[in-house]
Amino acid sequence: MGGSSSRTADPGAVPRRQGQERTPDPGGLSRRHRRERWIGALLILCSAVSILTTVGIVAVLLYESLGFFREISPITFLTGTEWSPQYTSRQYGVLPLVTGSVVIAFIAAAIALPIGLLAAIYLSEYAHERARRVLKPVLEILAGIPTVVYGYFALTFVTPILRSIWPGTEFFNGLSAAVVMGIMIVPMVSSLSEDAMSAVPRALREGAYALGATKYEVATRTVVPAALSGIIASFILAISRAIGETMIVTIAAGAQAKLTLNPLESMQTMTAYIAQTSMGEASQGSVEYRTIFAVGLLLFAITLLMNIISGFVLRRFREVYE
Amino acid sequence: MSMPERSEERPPERPHPAVQRDASRFAPRLRQRARFGTLFHGATFAATVVGVVVLVVLLYDVITDGVRHLSWDFLKGFPSRLPARAGILPALVGSVWTLVLTAVIAFPLGVGTAIWLEEYAPASRWKKIVETNISNLAGVPSIVYGILGLAVFVRYMVMGRSILAAAMTLALLILPVIIIASQEAIRAVPGSIRLGAYALGATRWEAIRYHVFPLALPGILTGTILALSRAVGEAAPLIVVGALAFVPFVPTGPLDQFTVLPIQIFNWINEAKVEFHYLAAAAILVLLAVLLTMNAAAILLRNRYSRRF
Repeated sequence: MGGSSSRTADPGAVPRRQGQERTPDPGGLSRRHRRERWIGALLILCSAVSILTTVGIVAVLLYESLGFFREISPITFLTGTEWSPQYTSRQYGVLPLVTGSVVIAFIAAAIALPIGLLAAIYLSEYAHERARRVLKPVLEILAGIPTVVYGYFALTFVTPILRSIWPGTEFFNGLSAAVVMGIMIVPMVSSLSEDAMSAVPRALREGAYALGATKYEVATRTVVPAALSGIIASFILAISRAIGETMIVTIAAGAQAKLTLNPLESMQTMTAYIAQTSMGEASQGSVEYRTIFAVGLLLFAITLLMNIISGFVLRRFREVYE
Repeated sequence: MSMPERSEERPPERPHPAVQRDASRFAPRLRQRARFGTLFHGATFAATVVGVVVLVVLLYDVITDGVRHLSWDFLKGFPSRLPARAGILPALVGSVWTLVLTAVIAFPLGVGTAIWLEEYAPASRWKKIVETNISNLAGVPSIVYGILGLAVFVRYMVMGRSILAAAMTLALLILPVIIIASQEAIRAVPGSIRLGAYALGATRWEAIRYHVFPLALPGILTGTILALSRAVGEAAPLIVVGALAFVPFVPTGPLDQFTVLPIQIFNWINEAKVEFHYLAAAAILVLLAVLLTMNAAAILLRNRYSRRF
């Protein structure tokens, strides 16, 4: 008893090398073992919270969506081309929102994947140690900037530029959001791809050099193929992140759900719809309130699927080197 | 099947003509390849610099827009219909409240889970389920956590649109990050430390509590601070949970209604008048300063206290 209470005196600041000073408590064994058991139970409860989170997400989305699908058939929802739950001509076809998300994520990916991959090649193959030590943290800062700040940047800086290039561009437009979102996900592609490339053993590069390859050929024909599983996984994760991103599109892409492929028009994504609708006064239990959950369920399913595919690619196609 | 094998074993019959014919075609094109290599090197460098340039432009844009509104009155003022009078005190206090509550909720849960996964869970099915689940949770869009918070905390647990509901939502959001960082920190503590503790008669919990945990703490804290800095900048889930658009009061308790910095910024961006955009830029500067401080603290902690074994 006495021994254990003296040991609880200094929780955080345990001096590392002087662990010996504490004398072990030989007594109270059964009490200590009992404590051992309930602490184990407590820790299991902690880990159960993360499981409960998943269960909670799925249960909430399914339950509220069921209420929605009782009034609107899932087929109308998934194939309808008009989305106007707020207006008097209520239409519940989710395709405009899905198109918005996909178009914006596609443009963002078209910007982020090449830039991110090239940056990863530079950091892993070309950069000197000193350049790496400066550039890598800067890219990480880019990943840590709040998305609302990116939204501000898109609306007040990128949109005016786009409107001066293409005068017909609407004030809220998909392209501005997509460009900024592309920049935002560059660090994700570059850091994950670089990890994969750095894991490619040196011997492989040296073998290629011995066969007369130039540095470019080593990078693109040896290192990139060897790290391909990690690179593709990073691509999929980045796209999934782009689809799930909310603030940039809510701020810069507008609030009009129309079915269009033209990124110079305003377009609403699934995430922006959820955000904009929860700001409004949809009363609980109304169909409009439940659209949040139905769209959320679709969004959750899409991103989950992409994350699972990315994990699968990583495991299935990984080249393992000694 | 057998033909190519045999031909491999046999020495080539007429090596010279073949080699000569190929040799006439073989062109190392060294200069061309080297030139292309240089171009490619330049392209990769340019791609890396794009990020740096955008960061600089973004900061420049925000600073030039916002710095004129940055003042003591701005920090301790209340939101107002008049841009010249508006301030961010309620949002700042709301952010601090949310941050502290989120930390208090997420830290024990995250560290507990990590300890259990690394130290207690045998290579069990349950461990595998929990780990797969955590990596999937890390990929769930933040706004989906907002939907969870709205349905479970705000409505079902009747917390209303309160700081507590927001903090619990954010805690769940950053839990995977804290767990993964803590797992790595705990894993980096060598097994000999545990064995030493066991040899002196410590139980498993005592070995963790007095030896493994203190050694892993700097890494755990670094990961936690970085996760919390993500929570501070998060707006989407709090929009769904229901942070208020206009908060003319300072929240005084966890069940109060509230707003936070990112939401305040978002509201000002949504205003039509451009003066409000400048206010948003000023608030962004405050938010970035908060984040910078947190990140600096995390880096300091990592460099000062982390040990390699």
